[in-house]
Amino acid sequence: MAENNAKQLKDLDQIRALIQKHKKNDFIFAFIGMFIIASLTITLLILFLDLFFDGYPRLGLEFFSNYPSRKAIQAGILSAWIGSSLVLIVTFLVAVPMGIAAGVYLEEYAKKNWLSDLIEINVSNLAGVPSIIYGLLALGLFVYSFGLGQSILTAGLTLALLMLPVVIVATRESIRAIPVHIREAAFAVGATKWQVVLNHVIPYSYGGILTGVIIGMARAIGETAPVITIGALTFIAFLPPSPIGTEAPFLNFDWLQSGFTVLPIQMFNWISRPQYEFHVNAAATGAVIIVLTALMNGFAIKLRYDVRKKIKW
Amino acid sequence: MVATQRKTTQKKRFNDVVKAESRNLDFYYADGTQALKNVNLDVYENKITALIGPSGCGKSTFLRSFNRMHDLYTGNRYDGQIVLHPDNTNILDKKVDPIEVRMRISMVFQKPNPFPKSIYENVAYGLRVRGEANTHVLDEKVEEALKGASLWEEVKDRLHDLAFNLSGGQQQRLCIARALATEPEIMLFDEPTSALDPIATVNIEELMSELKKKLSILIVTHNMQQAARISDYCAYMYLGELVEHDLTDKIFTNPSKKETEDYITGKFG
Ligand SMILES: Nc1ncnc2c1ncn2[C@@H]1O[C@H](COP(=O)(O)OP(=O)(O)O)[C@@H](O)[C@H]1O
Ligand SMILES: [Mg+2]
Repeated sequence: MAENNAKQLKDLDQIRALIQKHKKNDFIFAFIGMFIIASLTITLLILFLDLFFDGYPRLGLEFFSNYPSRKAIQAGILSAWIGSSLVLIVTFLVAVPMGIAAGVYLEEYAKKNWLSDLIEINVSNLAGVPSIIYGLLALGLFVYSFGLGQSILTAGLTLALLMLPVVIVATRESIRAIPVHIREAAFAVGATKWQVVLNHVIPYSYGGILTGVIIGMARAIGETAPVITIGALTFIAFLPPSPIGTEAPFLNFDWLQSGFTVLPIQMFNWISRPQYEFHVNAAATGAVIIVLTALMNGFAIKLRYDVRKKIKW
Repeated sequence: MVATQRKTTQKKRFNDVVKAESRNLDFYYADGTQALKNVNLDVYENKITALIGPSGCGKSTFLRSFNRMHDLYTGNRYDGQIVLHPDNTNILDKKVDPIEVRMRISMVFQKPNPFPKSIYENVAYGLRVRGEANTHVLDEKVEEALKGASLWEEVKDRLHDLAFNLSGGQQQRLCIARALATEPEIMLFDEPTSALDPIATVNIEELMSELKKKLSILIVTHNMQQAARISDYCAYMYLGELVEHDLTDKIFTNPSKKETEDYITGKFG
């Protein structure tokens, strides 16, 4: 009896020692992870603060309402932020419907065979193609073949191409997250495929899709190479025609054909000047881009959070 | 054009009216697995028919053939027929649209699977799919279905709450209401209480005995006591084959096959 107790006690000691050892591994892994995340966050923060303090003297309302100028103090980003906004509107209106439609088709309608596998691999790879390649494609196709010119429309379409794979992949992944038993429940009451897509698949996956869309847009806002390739201007002291007209139908599409510049190009332009004062402008523009990107990502996180609260499987 | 006169059929066995019958039914999954072998089984009107047998013997496969669920996945193949009376339609016929079949035969799944929508929308969905948009009609039918699933009293004040906020047993009754709202001829249940606690289970069992007054029920159950408690007919399946099919009392007291007896008495399975 006593012997038995002693043996059990010894076993217990062994178990505890083992748990201690495993706990130590937990701790080491958590520490390494924390360290990596902290260094990344701190690097990003330092970068941002550096830009912010360098650009601080220019970050006033006038910076947003002035055209670029030969005098650094008076120069602003009016044409650049309006250009960026208009280009992004085109990108959004083209990439989102096309991306969602393509994702839904691939996931719900396409037969699973070698062809769909091939398309799948290519779509994923497209997301990794250097953006300047898209710029070259756009220069050949949109500017020269279609004759769309070096316009806002061309830039919007180019960035839409860049964003399309992101939207397609996000759409497919959120669709796949819908459990089979929910889908079967819809079919079991007699719904057609289209009814299932419209009433279930899209409503349940739109949180994930929108997250993908916003992250894609945040990337598009900072893209420089493809926009330079298609010939965005670097010094613009005018605005495109207003999209909203004064007479019926109050919409005006002339702006699509207008020349333009965008925020990162404006920044690039200033940074390549020899005078230090322009570098201040560049830093301020950089801070604006980072804040915009962060805001968009924050919005994406909030959206995902709201949807998760409503839909849990 | 001459309106075609539909031939109606009526059959009786064991003094009960046959609502549906599978004839020489074979079923193959896309990977070549033969999950059903020559199954011949009747489902009787206003009766509960229970399918029992060890896990993997093909009960769910058989049940899901009745609403052509297997058609959702490519490569699955049926051989044989499932004939629905009185119209004598072979619902496995390629010419019969699976959606038509699902509009006549509804299904309740193993895990409660309400849509992430409101209680009301869950029940109304089958009607909306059929094009019903009149709010008065929808309100009425939703209420009727919820009453039929004995859920009305518990949810009548929060019809527009999310269905996820209900308990597991309430969710399963909501799924029954959803399946009931479209007034099906047959209702299929695949182990509907296996995810529920004993009290919720009793509620569902009582509900089924109530439902059979209006329709015919085919239920898969893992639980032999449940089959004995609620079913009128019972079928024992093994390895994709139907071993024995008879009145529940007969199966549980005096089965004619040795295998059935071994399974019932717990010597096997
Ligand atoms: N999707 C599938 N593909 C291939 N084989 C399957 C599939 N689903 C089930 N099976 C096989 O078919 C047989 C019957 O399964 P099932 O009908 O689910 O059994 P039960 O419901 O009686 O437990 C099992 O051998 C199972 O492995
Ligand atoms: Mg099963």
